[in-house]
Amino acid sequence: MKTNAAEFDLRTPATLGEALALLGEPQGKWRPFAGGTDLMVLLESGNLMHKNFVNLRGFKELRGIEVSPQFVVLGALTTFSAIQENELIKKEFPCLVQAAAQVGAIAIQNRGTIGGNIGNASPAADSPPALLIYDAEIELMSTSGARWVSYDSFHTGYKKTLLGAGELISKIRLPRTTRASGRTVHYFRKVGARKAQAISKVSVAGWAHVEKGVIKEVRLALGSVAPTVVRGKNTENLLKGKVLSPALYEEARSILGGEISPISDIRSTDVYRKRIAQNLLSEFLEHVGLDQ
Amino acid sequence: MKPTHFVLNGKKTEIASPPMSRLLDVLREELHLTGTKEGCGEGECGACSVLIDGEVVNSCLVPLAQVEGAEVRTIEGVIEDPRFKVLQSEFVAHGGAQCGICTPGMIVSSASLLEKNPHPRRDEIENALAGNLCRCTGYSKIIDSVEAASK
Repeated sequence: MKTNAAEFDLRTPATLGEALALLGEPQGKWRPFAGGTDLMVLLESGNLMHKNFVNLRGFKELRGIEVSPQFVVLGALTTFSAIQENELIKKEFPCLVQAAAQVGAIAIQNRGTIGGNIGNASPAADSPPALLIYDAEIELMSTSGARWVSYDSFHTGYKKTLLGAGELISKIRLPRTTRASGRTVHYFRKVGARKAQAISKVSVAGWAHVEKGVIKEVRLALGSVAPTVVRGKNTENLLKGKVLSPALYEEARSILGGEISPISDIRSTDVYRKRIAQNLLSEFLEHVGLDQ
Repeated sequence: MKPTHFVLNGKKTEIASPPMSRLLDVLREELHLTGTKEGCGEGECGACSVLIDGEVVNSCLVPLAQVEGAEVRTIEGVIEDPRFKVLQSEFVAHGGAQCGICTPGMIVSSASLLEKNPHPRRDEIENALAGNLCRCTGYSKIIDSVEAASK
């Protein structure tokens, strides 16, 4: 126990409306507190800069997974364990399940939430690359209402997001897409120092729709290779509409290398990260090309 | 200070500590249940594992305010449960405990697994214990112990 807990407040309002009112107070005095798996680490290490937090955990409005014909909608407090147990997500969004299974280990997955993973805005977070390839949208809520934004636009810089004053991430929705013909490929791989409890060195998620060998649609997203999680849009543009060939493999690797900007830090080096990101792209493309 | 109420190892408990207090500290320092250990203090090692509403969590990462109304079970409660006595005896029989610091967390995580999945495969045991680090045994003996307990 290095930190004096009495210096902090963690208030549990009776209603979500009261919680939003606190979050809307001037100067951002109150900050949201969900599963605590990131914030409690900062607390113990003496790096938790804010003092006043709103405990969101009890709000049922922010929980649960709802399915409509168009969307799967996850409450922001949905835990990584709940994601892994959902049959529809397993079937239609398998990369999200794979990513959820790689967040820390079970005790973290039981507590950590998808909204918290997004809001913490770490470029090394596990679920965001999967959310990006599934074209997720997120709902931001405040006392003045709610708005949906594309998750692709949410991270604007290192630890910077579109969240306005008093706004809370309330829901995440994934559009359900069915293709009448062809084949869809889902790919996710996280590379860390060990199998469990590792922060990623690099993670890659890929989704593609292939018809008769032609890549009709493709989305690629990467973690830990830039100030935010990123889409590999130049690489996607190269691949779209093409048939895989050895030359295309090489060109895709090269273009990916040019559009990411990994750094060297305690977990890995820039050179290693770039090489591994390219190798994971190759592995994704091998899955894409399997029916040729 | 507003007290927090929860059920601890089957008993109603009320404690007036700051809402951001780590559950780990409340258990050890206020309630004197020192079976739950502190290892890393950052959710990596699993030594502080307890069950909240049946789910294994790291008590170093849970603020007291979030156990209001919850059912908390620590190693002291888990090991009194007749279903899990066998874990203790199999850890002894198979050398699953050496220095012992990780053992309460290992038993709590194993109990949570067996509660949900009474006859797990070996890889399921490995996954259930992936968040519990041991620096002594090399894990094989721990996995053996849980496997034996599930038979």
